[in-house]
Amino acid sequence: MDYYMKEIETAPRHELEALQSFRLAQKIREVYEKVAPYRAKMDEAGIKPDDIKTVADLGKLPFTTKQDLRDNYPYGMFAVPMSEVVRIHASSGTTGKQTVVGYTAKDVDIWAECAARALVSIGGSKHDYVHVSYGYGLFTGGLGMHYGAEKLGAVTIPASAGNSLRQLEMFRDFGSSIICMTPSYAMSLIELMQENGVSKDDFDLKAGVFGAEPWTEEMRREIEKGLGLKAYDIYGLSEIMGPSVSCECTAQKGMHVCEDHFIPEVVDPDTFEPLPAGTPGELVFTCITKEALPLIRYRTRDVAALCYDKCECGRTLVRMLKPQGRTDDMLIIKGVNVFPSQIEAALLGFDNNATNYLIVVDRVNNFDTLEVQIEMRPDMFGDNVGEVEGYRAKAKTAIDSAIGVGVNVKLIEPKTLARSMGKAVRVTDNRKLKNKFEGGKQ
Amino acid sequence: MLKQISIFVENKAGRLCAVMETLAAAKIDVRAMTIADTSEFGIVRLIVNDAEKAAGALRENNFTAKITEVIAFTIPDHFGALYDVIKLLGENGVNIEYSYSLMGKNQSEADIVVKVGDAEKAGKILSGAGVKLISPNDAV
Repeated sequence: MDYYMKEIETAPRHELEALQSFRLAQKIREVYEKVAPYRAKMDEAGIKPDDIKTVADLGKLPFTTKQDLRDNYPYGMFAVPMSEVVRIHASSGTTGKQTVVGYTAKDVDIWAECAARALVSIGGSKHDYVHVSYGYGLFTGGLGMHYGAEKLGAVTIPASAGNSLRQLEMFRDFGSSIICMTPSYAMSLIELMQENGVSKDDFDLKAGVFGAEPWTEEMRREIEKGLGLKAYDIYGLSEIMGPSVSCECTAQKGMHVCEDHFIPEVVDPDTFEPLPAGTPGELVFTCITKEALPLIRYRTRDVAALCYDKCECGRTLVRMLKPQGRTDDMLIIKGVNVFPSQIEAALLGFDNNATNYLIVVDRVNNFDTLEVQIEMRPDMFGDNVGEVEGYRAKAKTAIDSAIGVGVNVKLIEPKTLARSMGKAVRVTDNRKLKNKFEGGKQ
Repeated sequence: MLKQISIFVENKAGRLCAVMETLAAAKIDVRAMTIADTSEFGIVRLIVNDAEKAAGALRENNFTAKITEVIAFTIPDHFGALYDVIKLLGENGVNIEYSYSLMGKNQSEADIVVKVGDAEKAGKILSGAGVKLISPNDAV
């Protein structure tokens, strides 16, 4: 069993907690001094930096939410002057403004170290050819894994996403051994291989890290079979860092969190009380080494459970069991974050009478589909197929451009959508994203 | 000119049946029907004995129904008869959006419905050329 940083990854829990406590106390003093919104939040809660001495004091601190980042857009939560910031990323589509995050040179270096740890934990080394097919750009996926692979000393192939036939050619010609991409992109490559008579035996793939969207154990098996590799889950969010906040090891039994940098908690999404290990709840992270954007008790809205048992890989770092959903209404469609409110805004912006609609999300042959059903009204209808199709096409363009994901607009007969007494139910998600960790069992 | 009813229906089993059930219950006599289909929806077009009553019954049952004016004419049942009329419209710049046939009264004749942009103009062209136009009373 190989580790990238053995002392940390296999440290006795009490030593790790001592390190966390030290770093936490220091970070809280720092944010209180340097980040005005945090000072205001702590003052309001009656908490002084000296009240936070150990990890056990974490619960005294107020939470941070995505709204805080929006309220302080773009750089208001940063703890360093912009002259210290060397990189900006931004989260994929959300309502209104995107969420901007920043990194100092040291942050980028720690991120690369976390990604290198992830690559080693799935069996990678400097002898590997790491093929990064996450998108490069404001999305953290591409550059995050890229820096990790370079840090590890592996041959790094910055393929980015798209141009799928070329990706297969590179797998073969460049000798790609570890791939990094979204699970749905892996599925589409497998389909392309079948269409073009390409065999997994043409490649030398041994492992892949797949993240940025929910996927199932069934997809894991299909990806492993289709590409001839071991498929691992990786987790991250730009607000905390990006991919490699946590990653599975070869045991494939949950994702080890880089706890020396991020303290995870699981809280009840209604009462915000901390939940015991093994109980699923909202995942909350506190950054204890980040310089540019050290978020404190950031509510991820992802539902997951934590498992502190020592893993068969020898790591003592806590494992988070695969996220089982969200506490808000955010949908992750083909790896893109979509809020129903964005779809509504786009639809009503195009036709402010289109109030009777339903968003239907499904997964067909492992591909996410997004459909918006709109009830037909007399004023939309004029005895002419072209007119009706024209309406459909315009509605589709309006929604597509607002959310960045292709939508199918379907016009349905009046009064066919269920009318609810209270708040209308606008989303039906038919995807069955169950997995073996469900219910916090382990 | 005739009044035609157009109804929006989803392209799935049972929807046309629901339209017909509504019309049967309202005691509407259907004289002609055509369906324009796309993969997801269809437009059912009907000539009935009482278009206003039929549209009312359909709307009460939550259908989107619209009344459109179409033009209908009778032609003799021999070679070239349809060509003569269509040619007349074409030469006068009248575009036919769609067309279908109507249940005829006479076996030696055929009744044709056409939807054009300007029904009044088309009617004048046809009647001016001696084409036998069908009035609402003839159709029912």
